[in-house]
Amino acid sequence: MSGDAPLLDVVGVSMRFGGIVALKDVTFSLAPEKICGLIGPNGAGKTTLFNCLSRLYDVSSGNITFAGTSLLGLRRHDIARLGIARTFQNVALFNEMSVLDNVMVGAHGLGRAGFVAAALRRRAERDEEKRIRARAESLVEEFGLDAIAHRAVGQLPFGTRKRVEMARALAMNPRLLLLDEPAAGLNHEEVEGLIAEIRAIRDRRKVAVLLVEHHMNLVMRVSDQVVALNFGRVIADGTPAHVQADAQVLKAYLGDEAA
Amino acid sequence: MSVPAGIKPDIARLPRRMPGRAPAFAAALIIGLLLAFSASGYHLFQYAQVLIYMIALIGLNLLTGFNGSISLGHGAFFAIGGYGAAILMAHLSVPWWLTLPIMAGLCFIAGFGFGMPALRLEGLYLALATFALAITMPGILNYKRFDAFTGGTSGLQVDKPKVPLHLPINQDQFLFLCCLAAALVMLFIAQNLVSGRVGRAMVALRDHPVAAQTMGINSAMVKATCFGIAALYAGVAGALDAALVGFVAPDSYSVFLSLSLLVGMVVGGLGSLWGMLAGAIFIEFVPNLADSFSDMFGESAKALPWAVYGVFLIAILLLAPHGIAGALRRLVTSVRDMMAKASSRPATELPAISVGNQPAEPNHRTTQGS
Repeated sequence: MSGDAPLLDVVGVSMRFGGIVALKDVTFSLAPEKICGLIGPNGAGKTTLFNCLSRLYDVSSGNITFAGTSLLGLRRHDIARLGIARTFQNVALFNEMSVLDNVMVGAHGLGRAGFVAAALRRRAERDEEKRIRARAESLVEEFGLDAIAHRAVGQLPFGTRKRVEMARALAMNPRLLLLDEPAAGLNHEEVEGLIAEIRAIRDRRKVAVLLVEHHMNLVMRVSDQVVALNFGRVIADGTPAHVQADAQVLKAYLGDEAA
Repeated sequence: MSVPAGIKPDIARLPRRMPGRAPAFAAALIIGLLLAFSASGYHLFQYAQVLIYMIALIGLNLLTGFNGSISLGHGAFFAIGGYGAAILMAHLSVPWWLTLPIMAGLCFIAGFGFGMPALRLEGLYLALATFALAITMPGILNYKRFDAFTGGTSGLQVDKPKVPLHLPINQDQFLFLCCLAAALVMLFIAQNLVSGRVGRAMVALRDHPVAAQTMGINSAMVKATCFGIAALYAGVAGALDAALVGFVAPDSYSVFLSLSLLVGMVVGGLGSLWGMLAGAIFIEFVPNLADSFSDMFGESAKALPWAVYGVFLIAILLLAPHGIAGALRRLVTSVRDMMAKASSRPATELPAISVGNQPAEPNHRTTQGS
């Protein structure tokens, strides 16, 4: 990982909700095109960190830079254009829209036509719409969703909705993809598929992946780097093998006796 | 890209850019022309009023049906449009047709300006803030200091538009046709808005605001613009109404107007633009219908019209929970299903070929690629 300038740099980030400290002095960095697993017991602060990265929360102190730009001065909707996309723990799709429309919303930032251009249907707006549609259609096809492209997302099974969400996240050609528990609710076979898929996404799209996951097997097999959190602090950061052998990590997961 | 047989296209909430919308507009135009040359003057006045309500309802539906923000104060912008147009015509001799774009612009600015701060509120709180707007409006129009402009409680009289260019039609026909043209243009624009990138952003904010923002949608901007556009539609409707009626007075713009518009939108169907025609018909004719219905019970039944109105409203919402547009849509799909079933039955009489009608689930996780 040395030599590369980091894509994502989290420096001394703390996050407090009232008296509760959700993150304390969290520091780590992620190189371009690497897959980083973020692990830790429930309540360790993994999703909180994600929400700081997508500007849903304001960090209490510290700094987060992405490709040299500090995220802290940006608004929520600036994050996507910068190149950070994400999925959500419980799947956050637009339920009354079709699969294709959901992915097209993901490509929102590829266009700039506003209300006036849309109302008058200016040529530039129509061309832009075609581009967005073509982009979404190719993703829908790539994720094997073409048969259900025009169905409302709300009616689809959970596993399929997760795929729609992944396709939507990739629609903007992000440089960093945040996956919040991509394996939750999947069976053994599907997890195997997911491992191959995450790698394929990274290889083909040259995207870095930061994933929160409880499924240890998946994290250890797919990640180049693993960061372990416990009670809001980083307790280990390194290769999967290194983190797996770390005494503090074992303690956090298995309790005192095991350590 | 083909939808497998047996799967209902259940996404009508977001109209597609169909090249096939020309027939609907042509049909509306033809029906409108037929009406213009067959109906009596009074009926044409009522039909013109329906089209005006339709314009206001389309705007309200863009805000509520598509963007998910509620407004109980839409009538206030209708009032601004009406009074603004009347003042321009009566005091500044502005030609009536010029008041339409002026009031459109003014109401957009008013709506955007009100929406920017108000849309920080959500749900019931936003409803209350907009309700306050509706309550305040008649008071402002009544305000003594403005009497010179507004005519106070007695209102403001304006000359009704004259038929231009010696066209061989009478004034009622002319006004109706103007309203028809305006309604179709405003409908066309609304369809353009909701079917593209901006429309997706509006619906995305309604369905999941946080996810929408994460996709790069500027929530505050889109919502406030949407509020401005809803106000613009109400303003155009109000200005047309002032020209059609030739008179504005505070009483015409009470809270009841705002509530009627809300009723019309829900009855017509949230998220349906053509459905707003049905909603407009409801708010134009059902009160009269309720009136004549209760007349059968004689003089003693003073409050009965509203009771009858209420019964009509409850009946519609029970029979068509997704509005009249929703009911029609369901009717069309079930008829189509029945026809599809009828035509596929002979083929499926062979054993084990009924697979064709199964919703095909994609065999995901098997197409890993690369």
